[in-house]
Amino acid sequence: MDPLTSRSIRELRKLLDQRDVSALEVARAHLERIEALDESTVRSLLTVTRDVAEEQARRADERLANGDTQPLLGIPMILKDVLTTRGIRTTAGSKILENFVPIEDATITRRLAEAGTVLLGKANMDEFAMGSSTENSAYFPTRNPWDLDRVPGGSSGGSAAAVGAEFAPFALGTDTGGSIRQPGALCGVVGFKPTYGRVSRYGLIAFASSLDQIGPFTRSVEDCALVMNAIAGHDPCDSTSLQASVPDYTAALREVSLKGVRLALPREYFSVEGMEPAVDASVKASIAHLESLGANLGEVSLPHTQYGLATYYLIAPAECSANLARYDGVKYGLSVREPGAGLWDVYERSRGAGFGREVKRRIILGTYALSSGYYDAYYLKAQKVRTLIKQDFDAVFEKFDAVVGPTSPNVAFPLGAKTQDPLAMYLNDLFTIPTSLAGLPGVSVPAGMVDGLPVGLQIIGKALDESTVLRIAHAFEQSTEWHKLRSPVAQRVVSRESRAGSPI
Amino acid sequence: MTVQQHAQTHDSRPATGDYETVIGLECHVQLATQSKMFCGCAADYAGAAPNTHVCPICLGMPGVLPVMNRVAVEYTLLTGLALSADIPEATKFDRKNYPYPDLVKGYQISQYDLPLVKGGSVEIASGPTTRRIHLERVHLEEDTGKLTHIPGGSLVDFNRSGVPLMEMVSMPEIRTPGEARGYLQKLRAILRTLGVSDADMEKGQLRCDVNVSLRPTGEARLGTKVEVKNLNSFRSVQRALEYEIQRQTEALDRGEPILQETRGWLEDKGVTVTQRSKEEAHDYRYFPEPDLPPVFVERAWLEQLRQRLPELPDARRTRYMQSFGLGAYDADALSTDLWAARLFEDTVSAGADPKKAANWIQNDVARLRVDSELVLKAEHLAELIRLVDEGAIGISAARQLLPPLIETGKAPRALVDELGLAQVSDSAALEDAVRGTIQANPSAVTDYRAGKATAINFLKGQVMKSTRGKANPAVAEELLRKLLA
Repeated sequence: MDPLTSRSIRELRKLLDQRDVSALEVARAHLERIEALDESTVRSLLTVTRDVAEEQARRADERLANGDTQPLLGIPMILKDVLTTRGIRTTAGSKILENFVPIEDATITRRLAEAGTVLLGKANMDEFAMGSSTENSAYFPTRNPWDLDRVPGGSSGGSAAAVGAEFAPFALGTDTGGSIRQPGALCGVVGFKPTYGRVSRYGLIAFASSLDQIGPFTRSVEDCALVMNAIAGHDPCDSTSLQASVPDYTAALREVSLKGVRLALPREYFSVEGMEPAVDASVKASIAHLESLGANLGEVSLPHTQYGLATYYLIAPAECSANLARYDGVKYGLSVREPGAGLWDVYERSRGAGFGREVKRRIILGTYALSSGYYDAYYLKAQKVRTLIKQDFDAVFEKFDAVVGPTSPNVAFPLGAKTQDPLAMYLNDLFTIPTSLAGLPGVSVPAGMVDGLPVGLQIIGKALDESTVLRIAHAFEQSTEWHKLRSPVAQRVVSRESRAGSPI
Repeated sequence: MTVQQHAQTHDSRPATGDYETVIGLECHVQLATQSKMFCGCAADYAGAAPNTHVCPICLGMPGVLPVMNRVAVEYTLLTGLALSADIPEATKFDRKNYPYPDLVKGYQISQYDLPLVKGGSVEIASGPTTRRIHLERVHLEEDTGKLTHIPGGSLVDFNRSGVPLMEMVSMPEIRTPGEARGYLQKLRAILRTLGVSDADMEKGQLRCDVNVSLRPTGEARLGTKVEVKNLNSFRSVQRALEYEIQRQTEALDRGEPILQETRGWLEDKGVTVTQRSKEEAHDYRYFPEPDLPPVFVERAWLEQLRQRLPELPDARRTRYMQSFGLGAYDADALSTDLWAARLFEDTVSAGADPKKAANWIQNDVARLRVDSELVLKAEHLAELIRLVDEGAIGISAARQLLPPLIETGKAPRALVDELGLAQVSDSAALEDAVRGTIQANPSAVTDYRAGKATAINFLKGQVMKSTRGKANPAVAEELLRKLLA
């Protein structure tokens, strides 16, 4: 029998509903696996919340006993440490929030708790979600479950690695320019960024407010749809959250054929400079497979793709320069107070010691872009280009149902390979950034292996059309074997885990 | 945020003191909404212990998001309608970035290039005529916390953080400190009539910064402007402007340039002092607030709000002149004072003559009034006026009756009896008092007999005094003339 930790949400649901296992057993199996393996392998978690998990699992068991049938009841999960959790330290991967304990839950935390999920821990991340490798965590880098010498991607690298290492059937990440899809691709798991505004941002510690969006990591598209059902929908506490009704995302998965589905292949996403040829070839093969499932392919152009990176690196830092201004070392978090130091000394020293290099770089970039005399040339122009990028997609979606292409131009790279070259690091998000700028939904699904490392296929949909994205992803997944491959860390067996679990 | 231009130097210096003053006012008005601008905390924090009207949102904790208070937007739109201003369909909020200990997020949510309200004007009295002062804009923003400096440090109270604040910027069209005061009083009257703010300067609900510059009379270009802050009353606005005009006049007369700067008014010393020079001015790095979608002011919404507009001070003023025959001065004063206006109209409704009612309210009642808490029933005031008209009490006794009337709330008729203030019109009853007065004032009697007409008024006043105002003055005079004949 497969261990509980390798099961999908759907499989765990069946076991829990049939009372084959208790939620507490499920939680403990995952906690034991985390405690046995995380430290020595991927280092995906900043905080393990055993007490909370056991308490929530016990409550889930009570609800199960009372006949509650919520789809995620008793399912364990991990939250990126940028999502606030009441009474549980929330760091955003930064030293400046090292001892910050929120007094309230994020909307996502509350919704998942109400759905009956069990919080196992808080995942490592690039500081304030700024990075593509999780090496910018102020605490430690997370490693890739497929090769511990390589990065898991970022900024949600902890969440992706945890799901890839089978520490949880799902985890939540945030995507600002690719921070869910890129680590999803690099860790060989499903990583989904919903439409901007689909999932409430209340309680998500902001990096770039107009781009940030929460989404799930799972090991199957069906599980992704189940999590989306629980987290999507309007929140009166987030004025940018959308009023649109939320469909049952699992309903879209019943259609397995792709007959008549029109898929656009942007010229700018293939065989471009800086892209690993093997990744390019792998993605092309996956697209040929989509065609074999009945999809109609068409080459298109997204002409402003080349400006995506520059646009993003003006808008996101500009917003972050304001969003991070509140961390001044006075009200909470790290405070550097030397005897006799004045208030402004406290500000400067706390920020100087509390923020990492990449965060400082972006605060400076953003402050500059918004400064008097530069605003028009940088921030305002970037907003105009952002509109053009949106219009590129709008034009394509007049004739196509979805856009397909690579998630990342490369597979997971060795730790340290790009830390000295921010531009090389930024190029990782070449294919994910335009989607973020346009606010569109996008998924990365496992779609190939290059030198023993996973490759992701990206599927981008129209605004609010998550269903089509998931349907295509599911059809692809169900007709391929890539998602069944288990990372070396996932295959590591924890001896105690094979036991039936501790008694309740 | 001002339209005043900065002229470098004046080519020709005028004769001493021959300058024109240009004044612009920037007012911040706390809106009297139930909750704060972007969270559910109660906006009325008056008297509350520090940091008790706070939540994660108005404390700017990590992860929180603002949700706009629709009533605050409506109050701003109502103000715009009352000013006959332009209300654009599309507007938005922006972030104004600056670090300060009372600003929880390091930025203030405000409005930059698309304010809710553009233009508008108010009419103010200027000498014997009126002038129209135009506004540049009215926008909505959130208030900051409040710092209190103590020996060895500073304390911060975030009860005020996030309270809706309306910024009203005038054009530089005000010419005298008196006009500035009149403009502020008119704004306050409008805001109170609309019910959007109590606009009490002493309580910080209405805060005002002034911009003032001088230019040679006849010069088209504006002089260098100076901003004056820390003005906590109408009186301090007027005094600070008077001081600043004097200071700038003297500087210009000496040939010294005016520095573009921000100065603070020191109430106790009666002077302004340099706070910040232009070189230290902030770059606020405004950009659109990504946490709030743009606001579209639908015309149907605006029409609904227009229906809600009450009678405004200017309309009330006209009505008082036309329907009640009041003079411009009384009409102006009553129409800009909501409390007085209400008392006036109720007193007239209770049967009093409008001019007499206005006179009472403007003089005797106003002298007793410390604030709007004063309780005086309109029907009592009307009765008081009627008692005088009927001759039941004298005018002087009526004045004496006013304080106990307010204090006890008893009906005037009852108080007249209780205090024995009924008018004495019987000459026999007054004879002793009149004789006593004649005896006690021999020199006035001599004057009278010598033909000095005013002496009779003095003697009559003495009779009134000795009878505690009860004597019927006409009867007293008649008796005096008879006994002195």
